[in-house]
This record gives sequence, structure tokens and C-alpha cells, in this order.
Amino acid sequence: MMVSGRSSTSRCWRNDVCDRDVASDRRDGPPVIEVQDLDFSYAEGDFVLRIPRLAIERGSTVAMVGPSGCGKTTLLNLVAGITLPRGGVVTTNDVEISAMTDQARRDFRIRNIGLVFQEFELLEYLNVLDNILLPYRINSALKLTMLVRDRARELAQEVGVADKLDRPPDKLSQGEKQRVAVCRALLTEPVLLLADEPTGNLDPGNKGRVMDILFDYAKRSGATLVTITHDLDLMDRFSRVVDFRQFHAQDE
Amino acid sequence: MKGALYLAWRYLGYHRAKTLILTASITLIIFLPVGLRVLVRQSQEQLTARAEATPLLVGARGSPLELVLNSLYFESDVPATMSFGEMGRIEATGYALPIPVYVRFTARGYPIVGTTLDYFEFRRLRIAEGANLLMLGDAVLGARVADELGVGPGESVISSPESVFDIAGTYPLNMRIAGVLEYSGSPDDNAIFVDLKTTWVIEGIVHGHQELSGSGAAGLILRSDTANVVANAAVVQYQEITTDNLGTFHFHGDQGEYPITAVIAVPPDQRSESLLRGRFESPDEPMQIVRPIDVMDELLETVLTVEAFVIAVVVVVGLSTLATAVLVFMLSLRLRRREIDTMRKIGAARRNIGAVMASEVMAVLVAGVTLAAILTGLTSRFGSDIIRSLL
Repeated sequence: MMVSGRSSTSRCWRNDVCDRDVASDRRDGPPVIEVQDLDFSYAEGDFVLRIPRLAIERGSTVAMVGPSGCGKTTLLNLVAGITLPRGGVVTTNDVEISAMTDQARRDFRIRNIGLVFQEFELLEYLNVLDNILLPYRINSALKLTMLVRDRARELAQEVGVADKLDRPPDKLSQGEKQRVAVCRALLTEPVLLLADEPTGNLDPGNKGRVMDILFDYAKRSGATLVTITHDLDLMDRFSRVVDFRQFHAQDE
Repeated sequence: MKGALYLAWRYLGYHRAKTLILTASITLIIFLPVGLRVLVRQSQEQLTARAEATPLLVGARGSPLELVLNSLYFESDVPATMSFGEMGRIEATGYALPIPVYVRFTARGYPIVGTTLDYFEFRRLRIAEGANLLMLGDAVLGARVADELGVGPGESVISSPESVFDIAGTYPLNMRIAGVLEYSGSPDDNAIFVDLKTTWVIEGIVHGHQELSGSGAAGLILRSDTANVVANAAVVQYQEITTDNLGTFHFHGDQGEYPITAVIAVPPDQRSESLLRGRFESPDEPMQIVRPIDVMDELLETVLTVEAFVIAVVVVVGLSTLATAVLVFMLSLRLRRREIDTMRKIGAARRNIGAVMASEVMAVLVAGVTLAAILTGLTSRFGSDIIRSLL
């Protein structure tokens, strides 16, 4: 299973990034995620997450582990700019995402971050191809070109769903759904892949296959892969494991 | 925007049933009041046009509406009859051309209108096929009658008995079709025209039977004197008028007392009309004279009041339906919270998510409005035909 990433020789389907970094470049420089004095709580409820400092290096593959409710998903949301901290600084890919406007964060997210969810979150009314192309239809920061379409087909081919492009998600197996969701996350060539329990709903065979796709992409493109997982069998594959029990996350 | 439109299109296509129901609701909300208004306006115009073309109508005292509906549109119950002699009274004034109308009988569901040749000239009715009324027992069919019955000149139509239980009634009359009228787009298309005297034959007050004066009829005669001959039921009554038996048809009693339902009075000018109306407006007068347009205006006033009420009801129902449609949309937004959340997490621009939802609403609205416009156009185009077929 090979998932091609951006390289100096690959075709360019995103004009805004085609002249920039290559896989090796990505591993240099400051951390891709840097959290400093983070203080987060929801408007309602007593949940609090406090992280004095956390840095994740570029090109690394990181597993986030810890019991349910310890703030793993919350941290992914903060890193992606989906939610904002009450205090502290979150820097993602050299940008202080916590200081950006809502629209700027959305634009930043769609250009730089690929998200994979446990529940796949495919749109039932779109077929496989349209689900993969979704990022290009929901934000005009990305332009849907023939090259992008070709890239979507290539990705589908690589993950083994090329013969199901016209099918709606409800005609796919769980593993196929997650592979389609991964294609959607990879299509924009993100520098950061955030996966929230991507194998949580999959059988062992599909679990390995989906993780292979994610690791392959990270390796070839130099992207950083941050995965929340409870699966101990996968731990050896990550370059780093972050245990959330070290952070102050609790119901006060 | 293109992406939003595409997603909206796919969403609506996937939820076809919901989309169709919402579109149909929007279509009906718009079309029902508008279409109803168009139909009422067209029927109003048609009714008014016929009434306007008939200056005055004289009939026995009773319901003016019944008189007008029966004499102009060949609808409604048979009004009280007046005597044929009253027509002479109108003629004697010299204020109007009187055209008698006797609308009481039917043939295969179509009204038989007994009148004179003046009626055809007055209504500008032209013969499309065959000839006009030539002799007693002839019939000229309205265009729609001929079409629907599939008959033409040379064939015949038989009058229907007024009641199948009237065993003492007269036999149906077989009437020869002399001609068929051109389409006029009026109630005349739905009528069978005969000479006034033919309607009296149908009624049985003019009749023809086998000769009773010959030696062959001796066994049929029960009693005879200088004025009358009384025969038994074995006498052959003619049910069809032919050139051979035409001579045997004869009147009993005073023809001036024979019934008609109305007289259309056509005054040459306004002055004559006023003078003629004056003659019939005495409280002791057993006749009534009406201007059909006044009667129809009164009727239409009622119809328009009802229409306004119906439209008000339809609008209220429409608003309720619209509120339901909005509720459906709001609920579907709730159901789609997760989908919207996914798009937001991936990085959808707020305006793009809004555009997807707005596009869906707009697509349903545009489809609903377009369908309503098409239906209104069709109603406007074919409404008059529908009304005519109903009249």
C-alpha cells in the first residue's frame, strides 16, 4: 500500500504549496505544534484542561493516549483551531492559531490540516468521489480542478475504493468508509494529520490497512501524524507517545 | 458558490421525497389562490359576456336568476312558464324584437332549446354542416353535442322522457338532424336547437297520429261529434315527423296559451329598452323583465364574496403549510447538525455552509414558484375551455 505524498517530483495540484517544501524540509525547523500554558474549559460543565508546554516535532508520528475524558480530542480541536483556549498559546505550523479570526482559522485548517474521525463523518448524500472532494466544495480557498479530481481518483485507487467511486457511503463496509474518509483528509496534502481514534470502529484487518495509509502518507510527505488511540498494538509504530495523564485534565 | 450549489443539488436529489413534498407544497401555496382567481375571472368574463349580449329577458314572475340561467345558459331548473301569447304583447309594443325560448326538455343529457330562426341570427350562430331548421321535427346540434354524440346531419336524436315513471306521458320524439353549428365558445355549443313547435310536439300538445276519418279507423273510434273525435289507445301516434306524416300534426287548443320559458327581447335602442321595461314593471304585471347583466352581476357579487372568503382560507392554509415547510427545514437543520459540524471541522467557510442551506431553500422555492407559474399559465390558457365544458 503506497500513498504518495508531496515531493519535489510529484505533480502539483495545489498552486499555493507546489513551490514550497518537500518532505525533507518538513522535518526541519520549529515544532509543527507548540502549546504553551494552555488553559481550556467549556462554557458549561466543569471540564478543565491545562497543559504547561507541549511541542510536537515536524514529521513525527505521535500517539496520544489516556483515559476517556482526559482532553485528547479537546487538544486536537485546539490544535486545529476548531475551539479556542481560555488562556495560553497554541501554535500550529508556525501560526498562532488561537489568535486568528474564525474565517482565517477555517482557511488555515482546510489548507494545512487533514482530519480523520472515528465515525468517518461521510456525507450520506454524496457518493465516494464527492465525499473525497468535499474540502474543495466547501471553502473557496481551494480550487477544484481536473488535477484535483485526478488526485482524488489516484488516492481512491491507492486505498482500494476506486471501483466504488459512484457508490453512496451506506453501500460501503466500515473499513471502506474510513479509507474514503482518509482520502478526504489527504486530498489537500496537509502538513498535519489529526486522527481521532481512526481505527476505533474497525476490525483488525482494516485497522492495519487504515494505519498503513496514514503512516505511508506521513512518511512520504514529511507530514506530522497525531493520532488518538487506545490500541496498544499500534504504539510501536509511532515515533512518540504522549500520555495525557501527565496533564491536568479533570472535572473540577 | 458553485460547490455550494452542487452540494445543495445532491442533497435535494438524495432526499427526493422530501424535496418533492416541499416543492409541491410551495407550488400549491402559490397556485391555489392565484389559479382560483384566474378561473373565477375567466368564468366571470364568460358569464358576463353572454349576459351582456342579451339585452332583456321576459319571463313569468319568479326567480330572475333561474330565468337567466335557464334561458341563457340552459342550466338550472325549468322556471315558471309563460304563455306564447305574451310574445305577441312584446311584439305589439314595437320596442323590441322578441325571440321565444322554451328550454325544458333534453335529449341524451343535452338541453333541447325550442326557438325561432331569429335566435341563430341574434347569437350569430353559423351552420358548419348541413342546413338550418327546415321543417317540424328538425334539429340543429351545437358543435360540442355533435362531437360528443358523434352524430351529424341525416342522423337523428331522440328526446328523453321527463320521467321514466310517467307512463301516461308522451312518447319520445325522434328528431332528424338537419345541421350542426360552428363552435361558438358559448353554451350554444352544448344545446340541441329545434323549432319552438317541435318542443310542443315533444310535450304532446301538438301531435300527429293515424287518420281517423277513413274506413280503416272505424274500430278505433270510441265516440265522435261535430267538434271532437275520441279514439282508443290503439291509434298509432307518430314518434317521428316525416314529409309523409307532417300533415297529420295538428294543434289542440289556443296556440297563444302554449308554454314557453322566456322571450329574449332585443330593443333597437336605449329608449325602446327603457319603454319596454316600463311596460313590464307594474306591480300587477304577471311577467318579469330583467336585464341579464344585472342578474349576473348580482350573482357574481356573491361569487366574488365567496371567492374572497375561499382565497382568504387558502392563504391561511398556505401560510400554515409554509410554516410547516419552515419547521421541516429547521428540523432538518437540527438533524444535519452533525453534517454541518463535520464541514465546519474540516474547514468549511461559514458563508459556504450558509450558501449550501440557502441554495437548497432557494431551489425548492424556485421550483415551486416555476411550477405554480406554469400551472397558472395553463389555467389561464385552458381555463376558459374547462369552464365552458363545465357550464
